[in-house]
Amino acid sequence: MTNAALSHSPFDPIAIFDRSDLQENAGVCVLINDVQVAVFYLPKESPSIFALHNWDPLGKANVLYRGIVGDLNGERVVASPLYKQHFSLDTGRCLEEESVCVPVYEAFIEGETVTITLQSRCHK
Amino acid sequence: MNTKKIVVVGNGMVGHYYVEKMAALEQAFEITVIGAEPRPAYDRVHLSEVFSGKDPEDLALTTREHYKQIGVQAHFGDAVVSIDRENKEVITELGRHFAYDKLILATGSYPFVPPVPGSDAKACLTYRTIDDLGAIRAQARLGKVGVVVGGGLLGLECANALKNLGLETHVVEFAPGLMGVQLDEGGSGMLRSMIEELNVQVHTSKATQKIVAGKEHTLRMEFADGGALETDLIVFSAGIRPNDQLAKQAGLEIGERGGIIIDYHCRTSDSNIFAIGECALFGGKIFGLVAPGYRMADAALSQLSDSPQSFQGADMSTKLKLLGIDVGSIGDSHGKTLVDDKVPASFLYSNDRERVYKKIVVSPDGKKLLGAVLVGDCSDYDNLLQLYLNDMDLPENPEHIILPADDANSTAFSAMQLPSTATICSCLNVTKGDIVAAIDAGCTTVAEVKSSTKASTGCGGCAALLKSTVDTELAARGVEINNHLCEHFAYSRQDLFHMIKVGRLEHFDEVLNKHGSGLGCEVCKPTVGSILASLWNDYILKPQHLPLQDTNDNFLANMQKDGTYSIVPRIPGGEISADKLIVIGEVAKKYSLYTKITGGQRIDLFGARVNQLPEIWSELVEAGFETGHAYGKALRTVKSCVGNSWCRYGVQDSVSMAIYIENRYKGIRSPHKIKSAVSGCTRECAEAQSKDFGVIATENGWNLYVCGNGGMKPRHADLFATDLDDATLIKYIDRFLMFYIRTADRLQRTSVWMNNLEGGLDYLREVVIDDKLGLAEELEAQMALLLDKYQCEWKTTIEDPERLKRFRQFVNSDKDDSHIVFVQERDQPRPAKEQERDALTTA
Ligand code: SRM
Ligand SMILES: Cc1cc2nc3c(=O)[nH]c(=O)nc-3n(C[C@H](O)[C@H](O)[C@H](O)COP(=O)(O)OP(=O)(O)OC[C@H]3O[C@@H](n4cnc5c(N)ncnc54)[C@H](O)[C@@H]3O)c2cc1C
Ligand code: SF4
Ligand code: FES
Repeated sequence: MTNAALSHSPFDPIAIFDRSDLQENAGVCVLINDVQVAVFYLPKESPSIFALHNWDPLGKANVLYRGIVGDLNGERVVASPLYKQHFSLDTGRCLEEESVCVPVYEAFIEGETVTITLQSRCHK
Repeated sequence: MNTKKIVVVGNGMVGHYYVEKMAALEQAFEITVIGAEPRPAYDRVHLSEVFSGKDPEDLALTTREHYKQIGVQAHFGDAVVSIDRENKEVITELGRHFAYDKLILATGSYPFVPPVPGSDAKACLTYRTIDDLGAIRAQARLGKVGVVVGGGLLGLECANALKNLGLETHVVEFAPGLMGVQLDEGGSGMLRSMIEELNVQVHTSKATQKIVAGKEHTLRMEFADGGALETDLIVFSAGIRPNDQLAKQAGLEIGERGGIIIDYHCRTSDSNIFAIGECALFGGKIFGLVAPGYRMADAALSQLSDSPQSFQGADMSTKLKLLGIDVGSIGDSHGKTLVDDKVPASFLYSNDRERVYKKIVVSPDGKKLLGAVLVGDCSDYDNLLQLYLNDMDLPENPEHIILPADDANSTAFSAMQLPSTATICSCLNVTKGDIVAAIDAGCTTVAEVKSSTKASTGCGGCAALLKSTVDTELAARGVEINNHLCEHFAYSRQDLFHMIKVGRLEHFDEVLNKHGSGLGCEVCKPTVGSILASLWNDYILKPQHLPLQDTNDNFLANMQKDGTYSIVPRIPGGEISADKLIVIGEVAKKYSLYTKITGGQRIDLFGARVNQLPEIWSELVEAGFETGHAYGKALRTVKSCVGNSWCRYGVQDSVSMAIYIENRYKGIRSPHKIKSAVSGCTRECAEAQSKDFGVIATENGWNLYVCGNGGMKPRHADLFATDLDDATLIKYIDRFLMFYIRTADRLQRTSVWMNNLEGGLDYLREVVIDDKLGLAEELEAQMALLLDKYQCEWKTTIEDPERLKRFRQFVNSDKDDSHIVFVQERDQPRPAKEQERDALTTA
């Protein structure tokens, strides 16, 4: 087990699933206690997995996992599929609207297993 | 200080130019413009384009709102009827009074109608305003034959208009030759034979004596030589006469044969009144072109400034396309100028087979160009005009300039050689120096230079020279022109298309590694995805392609505002059987989908959750439906009218053709969506002229229209080719589409693409019809490959369990997205509004 895996308490709500459920260079969605989490997998990046709340606060729908991922000026981002605003995969910050941020969660891969926790990493 | 009141009478091209320039001055004036026509100024020079599909609105040079914004008071549809010079005010037809400090007359001219008995008949028309066009069109509908009286520049343009309206067209000219003012005998003869080949009948040396009621047609023209001609309408284009009545009444000095006399400052005999444009007489001459009018406006305007300029007459050289034939005339085309009492020398190149006539007139010492005539090929016009205007020295053997260039004696000279005083755009009086200054000030594209200097915003004749000037200047500064796709690719879409094709690249990663940087983004990924699809037509949801697709392509459906999807099965040509209708109804009912007939003659099913898509599509595919690509930048619909199988007017089977076309091109990916339609006769019920390519049946086959669209900025399609048989029609469409797919920018529809193609529609015809680039075969082969690899993406998807995993809402749960809530409206579901949802979920 890696250190990261140890850092969450066994009582945190988590989702555990297979690496094969991920979509390379794109997103999928998981449900943790009624919270929808968009999970993006960029196999060549480090870290290679990113978890954001699935709610698009500007488009007002649960769709972020269906956006295109990439980078803008070196920042890794997902573009909302509705109106194309960019959200940082690392911080959840919206690049177009300063006051907007989506929650970012802990996520890691161990072997063939993916773990997402609801530990929020959002910093406005 | 009182602001000066400026009143401008007439809102034609020149009046407008004056107003616009004046409003831009630093000094504040109170500007009023009064125009007799019901609409703000428009581009009269391109009037005839309305008959080849342009919307009259596209000709507008300004709008009421724009005038308001720049602080100009404008009144349209009211004419000034008198000038009270004593009290310095003008009075209009509606009885309004406007006081002035300075008055500008820009009343233009009117078409001269010879006083022939009968020339006041209802079917006798003129050709000068947008309203005239309406009258000509209305009259043309009632008949089959049209005559233009006058074989000058405007007359021949009008003949083209009548031809475009489908009339049997005649030109009747009093003089022995066509375009006598501009052309010499030889040029005029060549022009005549070329025009006759286009089935326009030319009658010269004909004096019309009277016009009476006809037997077979509406009117009968009787000529002095005893001959006669029957026709359904006559358009008089026998010269123009200045609108000088107003000035005459006010007691201003008028020329013997009309025209308001002006001096070097464009001042009339009253120093507070100026006259500019076609109503003004300078040096005994009326200048019937727009560029001299603009120069007069500049001169008049400068009288209000500290550095007054003068008007010194103007160059009347012209380059035109008449009935599709290039005609150019420069300076003294008749060779009448005597230099030191010596007659000028002339050189002539005439080629009957290729239909080219070129003549240059040079000074007796052979050093300077005095004039030129070009018919059939105007490619030398720009060079010759520059030599003429800048008084440049001719090469030792001047004849080489007009001889067909082979590599040995090519005399094309580069824009670099022009002095900085050389006029590049004569309409807007922009010199090479102005262009260089604009580039020094930071312009890096032709478009920027255009908007900064206004060059090439008049007749457009200088476009090629402007581009080469800008390009050479930029190149000399080592500037590269930036049309990069995004921060990840320093290339245009067209460049990338080429590199991907030549490098036979098949994955985004390969393309990025070889030609790009970073991870990519939502701009370059779908673009490359689309190019890969246009080249290799691979299944777009293969794992390596999937991340490139826009959301809609990614799920093969259109995302709606609440995250659900709409589904549009293909209904080729809009034809659908009762059984299939029932299937759609049953599917909609079973999955509680909202149904709507789309604007594209098919049915949209809304409100499907992402996880329902595969199931719904299994049922649709089962019943024989295919995907409609409503989500893709691809062929959408080919609308049809019912055509000759049912309709009493139909002349071809438009439904069969629409179905054939839709099935042929379905699935090919393109820079933007492509739409088409096929109508069964000219009544055009399928609205083919609003499509990227549209087909309209004729008695003899099909007319093909290209580059139209509805949407944000509607544009009528241009007539591209006529009376095609089925095979030729398809061949042209194949080439047209493939050329578009290869060369257009990202998200550029065909209309914008064509507007940006240098040479526009004519160039497109040369590529597609004449195969000037020698590309036709390759384009057809590429199209054949795409057609060969077509698959219904939904059919492929539902057959592959791996792919279906993609359509799970959650990878770890079977629950639905609880945010999606519907309410009923008119017996169908629609997404709940926020308040409705709150009420429903808390209840
Ligand atoms: C469904 C439909 C409206 C309807 O209920 O009738 C529709 C719906 C949409 N149109 Fe449209 N257009 C529909 C017919 C049209 C038409 C009419 C026609 O095709 O005859 C036009 C004008 C004609 C034209 O395109 O030249 C039209 C001009 C547009 C435009 C403006 C395009 C332009 O060049 O200016 C857009 C925006 C774009 O594509 O960038 C657009 C974009 C859209 C989008 C994709 C907007 C979006 O991103 O959500 C809509 C999604 C469709 C969906 O969810 O299924 N839609 N749209 C019609 C589908 C027709 C079909 O069977 O495929
Ligand atoms: C079909 C066609 C093709 C042409 N092609 C070319 C070409 O290729 N190149 C070129 O250089 N030139 C061309 N011309 C000529 C060019 O259009 C004119 O030189 C130019 O329009 C002159 O501008 P203007 O403002 O002087 O007159 P106009 O454009 O005629 O404007 C005068 C305006 O004043 C209004 N007016 C008149 N009297 C009154 C009044 N008492 N009160 C209020 N308003 C009044 C009129 O209604 C009109 O709107 C073409 C003209 C036509 C008709
Ligand atoms: S376009 Fe012509 S053929 Fe087609 S339905 Fe209309 S009238 Fe009939
Ligand atoms: S010469 Fe007419 S627009 Fe430039």
